[in-house]
Amino acid sequence: AAAAAAEVGGPCRADGDDSLYPIAVLIDELRNEDVQLRLNSIKKLSTIALALGVERTRTELLPFLTDTIYDEDEVLLALAEQLGNFTMLVGGPEYVHCLLPPLESLATVEETVVRDKAVESLRKISQEHSPVDLEVHFEPLVKRLASGDWFTSRTSACGLFSVCYPRVSSTVKAEIRQHFRTLCSDDTPMVRRAAASKLGEFAKVLELDYVKSDIISLFTALASDEQDSVRLLAVEACVSIATLLPQEDLETLVMPTLRQAAEDKSWRVRYMVADKFSELQKAVGPEITKNDLVPAFQNLLKDCEAEVRAAAANKVKEFCENLPEDSREQIIMTHILPCVKELVSDTNQHVKSALASVIMGLSTILGKDNTIEHLLPLFLAQLKDECPEVRLNIISNLDCVNEVIGIRQLSQSLLPAIVELAEDAKWRVRLAIIEYMPLLAGQLGVEFFDEKLNTLCMAWLIDHVYAIREAATCNLMKLVEKFGAEWAQNTIVPKVLGMANDPNYLHRMTTLFCLKLYWLLFFENTFALSEACGQDITTKQMLPVVLKMSNDQVANVRFNVAKSLQKIGPVLDSNALQAEVKPVLEKLATDTDMDVKYFAQEAISGKVFHLLSLCKKTLNDVSRILHVRYLCINELCSSLLFTVLALA
Amino acid sequence: MSAISASEKVDGFTRKSVRKAQKQRKSQGSSQYRTQSAPVELSPLPQLKDAPSTEQQELFTQKLQQCCMLFDFFDSVTDLKSKEIKRATLNELVDYVSTNRGVLVESAYPEITDMICTNIFRTLPPSDNPDFDPEEDEPTLEASWPHIQLVYEFLLRFLENPDFQPSIAKRYIDQKFVLQLLELFDSEDPRERDFLKTILHRIYGKFLGLRAFIRKQINNIFLRFIYETEHFNGVAELLEILGSIINGFALPLKSEHKQFLMKVLIPLHTAKALSLFHAQLAYCVVQFLEKDPTLTEPVIRGLLKFWPKTCSQKEVMFLGEVEEILDVIEPTQFKKIQEPLFKQISKCVANPHFQVAERALYFWNNEYILSLIEENIDKILPIMFGSLYRISKEHWNPTIVALVYNVLKTLMEMNCTLFDELTSSYKADRQREKKKEQERDELWKNLEELRLNNTTLVQNNSHGLPGVHNNNNNNNNNNNNINISSNNDTQDKSVDAAAVTSDNNDPDVSETASESTTCAK
Repeated sequence: AAAAAAEVGGPCRADGDDSLYPIAVLIDELRNEDVQLRLNSIKKLSTIALALGVERTRTELLPFLTDTIYDEDEVLLALAEQLGNFTMLVGGPEYVHCLLPPLESLATVEETVVRDKAVESLRKISQEHSPVDLEVHFEPLVKRLASGDWFTSRTSACGLFSVCYPRVSSTVKAEIRQHFRTLCSDDTPMVRRAAASKLGEFAKVLELDYVKSDIISLFTALASDEQDSVRLLAVEACVSIATLLPQEDLETLVMPTLRQAAEDKSWRVRYMVADKFSELQKAVGPEITKNDLVPAFQNLLKDCEAEVRAAAANKVKEFCENLPEDSREQIIMTHILPCVKELVSDTNQHVKSALASVIMGLSTILGKDNTIEHLLPLFLAQLKDECPEVRLNIISNLDCVNEVIGIRQLSQSLLPAIVELAEDAKWRVRLAIIEYMPLLAGQLGVEFFDEKLNTLCMAWLIDHVYAIREAATCNLMKLVEKFGAEWAQNTIVPKVLGMANDPNYLHRMTTLFCLKLYWLLFFENTFALSEACGQDITTKQMLPVVLKMSNDQVANVRFNVAKSLQKIGPVLDSNALQAEVKPVLEKLATDTDMDVKYFAQEAISGKVFHLLSLCKKTLNDVSRILHVRYLCINELCSSLLFTVLALA
Repeated sequence: MSAISASEKVDGFTRKSVRKAQKQRKSQGSSQYRTQSAPVELSPLPQLKDAPSTEQQELFTQKLQQCCMLFDFFDSVTDLKSKEIKRATLNELVDYVSTNRGVLVESAYPEITDMICTNIFRTLPPSDNPDFDPEEDEPTLEASWPHIQLVYEFLLRFLENPDFQPSIAKRYIDQKFVLQLLELFDSEDPRERDFLKTILHRIYGKFLGLRAFIRKQINNIFLRFIYETEHFNGVAELLEILGSIINGFALPLKSEHKQFLMKVLIPLHTAKALSLFHAQLAYCVVQFLEKDPTLTEPVIRGLLKFWPKTCSQKEVMFLGEVEEILDVIEPTQFKKIQEPLFKQISKCVANPHFQVAERALYFWNNEYILSLIEENIDKILPIMFGSLYRISKEHWNPTIVALVYNVLKTLMEMNCTLFDELTSSYKADRQREKKKEQERDELWKNLEELRLNNTTLVQNNSHGLPGVHNNNNNNNNNNNNINISSNNDTQDKSVDAAAVTSDNNDPDVSETASESTTCAK
């Protein structure tokens, strides 16, 4: 490796760039008054190192960086990140320990992001140390950090124990354990928090005996810390520790602490338990789950703080899914479902909407009969909830129920809920329901849709909020994809075309947007759907409408005609393009309004580029289809290109 | 479309007021009562003042115990009678400890602190509004305030009672007590924080043994606020207490206190919600500087390090604080920081945000600062001149332009010759800057070329270490397989080219440097 490293450094120096880029000049850049320039230079630190060669990087650049670490945090952050990738630039693994001094300083900086990045880099380069170097260079650094005066270095040390522990001798291991123990009872809560958050990770690299003797006592102590911010981190560690221990030890070593955490007086700790419940459940296994976690979960679902209830409600489905199969149904029916029923009418809307986002998943677990008897009333209640988010969450998960009992069971309540959401005063709610329309349409079928929902979809096209009109337009296209071209021709196209004469120019523009998308949709699918006739219809029916709109009195409509023509031009056959589109665009290009003029000119001149990109796209698409078709497309593309050239 | 009017649909913003109104209606929170089982009904005890003096102590204790019962204030109709009894009793207790002498016998201390702890120490409820903005939103008020207020009042009277003996009380008012008290400063209810402030101040004054502990815990709260959560409601109150604590520091300052200034107070300036406690913070900083002027340099450098980059509102606050510092600065200290400071001020006066520019230009209305500038005009004028000259021509805001003219005039009067020199060399200076800029680009371009060539070379040479270099070369992977030989050929040439340009550059750089020194003279 050394030889290779020398070789790496060799050529650079051989070219004599010592004189070329004196370090002074580079360092000048790193010292520039402008932070942005300093930042840029630091981000290109690898370039500088490369220019200097490995030796000068080690002897000049790194000492400079180590000495002058006092800068904007943003610069330090970039530096900390760079140094993590510097191994080759200092001459490979053999010299990687040269990077430790600057990173050590960075690991003591106050700003958390800088420190975390420095620790991340240290963890990275620790892997590149040989076992000997790890003990000679790396481990002493960890010790120094662990016994630093200011809390920052001690917090950083917490993240480094686990990376060096597995690769050092047993005496050093004992020291590391001792240091970790000390930090777990540090007198600043910041350090205890850092230690608690790394407890699980450290436990994983420890020998099982030490997990039992050392980690458990630390875990118990941290879990009863005076600060709730420390206690809640112990809950996280609980998951990893429980995974490591054999089943028979869990009851005595972990469960007392976990039980205590589930009933902690601070809601933050209980929240954490609720949030990690599925992981905890997996870690402690089915027996303890049955005996301990089920009652704990019931309590969390009934917690006095809404935050905790919401976190627990989020886990209902996962928890039920992971229950042991033999007693799953019984536990759910007797213990969980009663709590769930109460949550349906909770006072807090976040709790209800958290529940609504998972409750439908229970139907697959409980099967058809139980769903109809017990869950359906809950679904229906939530569909009528006063909070739109709850209703939305139910509707967005309809597919789970559909599999079990079919959506028809719900349709009676579903429809009013959808209609109400569709007319909600908040446009974001309307937007959300629009996004579920294609899904609903797929599940309810075309007849039901035509009968009940079609009018809604059309009404959104003339909504007062642009975002809704836009979403409604896209929604229509998705429906067309689902129900096919014929359906579109019969139900949508006439209405959309009708809007072209609407007195409101915003509605006229919606027509334009719809037609544009419709056209493009057809173009993309023509070959796959083998509905070549579509092109004909679109040209005959729609093009005149669009072209007529170029005479609109509102400039916005006119320049949107130009923009649309630019988009759909490639789909049109060359005759139409030449005979109809071109004159219109040319007329628009002499419009009195400067925006119209601009977009018309764009459309005329932009065509070449757009066409080319489209042809390319088509070619890519088509390369997946049959070779024969490929030839067809190729022909088409060349004819299109020809048209373009003619136009130009 | 049904009941909702069109205007409501169009404008999402009108809804905000409605939402706010809803929020304000239910903005009361408390997780206090939940820690206990259902309350038992209270029955009224006889009045303390009516009891014979021998039984008064016993009755006092009974009343204290009675007040340990907690009630649900969310439900405004339950336990009305008991709530009223507790309220009356608390009132009576407050009155009793504040007007009577000799009531604080040793045996009463544990009962008193027990009653206080039970009532006020609780886990604060989660905020109703997760993105609570203290400047915009109404705070969530403590629902059980009718009782808690009286308990706080009682605690305060207890501490202020002339018979109060810290030597006995320290057994109960200990580190744990203080820690819990400090956690309550996070309460959203400003009334509660106000009480806590006075109480903590009294405790700090009376319990000498707790002082270091209190300071350390406040440190921890601030550090957590700055670097971890960015959320703590009581920062302003704690700073207010600290302001008077700092005032009482003995000289010379201990290193612990200096560390607090540099590692806690200065970084506090980075907080997003600085405006909520800036006045108190600036007061603390100035207090420190009045105690020990030698701290001026590190403080100013610290402020410059954390100078806001994008938030103009904060920048105005920083400028205000700098002016407060300059008001008390010693001329010798001023000399130490004038260069970096005025470089920043020169950026501020050129700020396109007129409030920032205006705030900075107001420095020239300050007689003391003006005298400091005059003393050091040969250093400051060259720093300020460029910005002032430029914005006098370019700033969009006429008020700023007018202010700049005045400032330029003042500066000109201070040193006319230097001013003339700077005016005449202004253009040349700008050109030199531009040239330097170009040289920098050139340098980096050359470095970039070198890097590209080197990575290819390295790749070429290090086949023995597959994959090691994948991090360093981004786009060359593709080329080098095809083009190794040609790259090697071109490399030499480009390095040569770089050599030529850099040879040309070097004398220029040194020339600029020497010129700039002559300019300064």
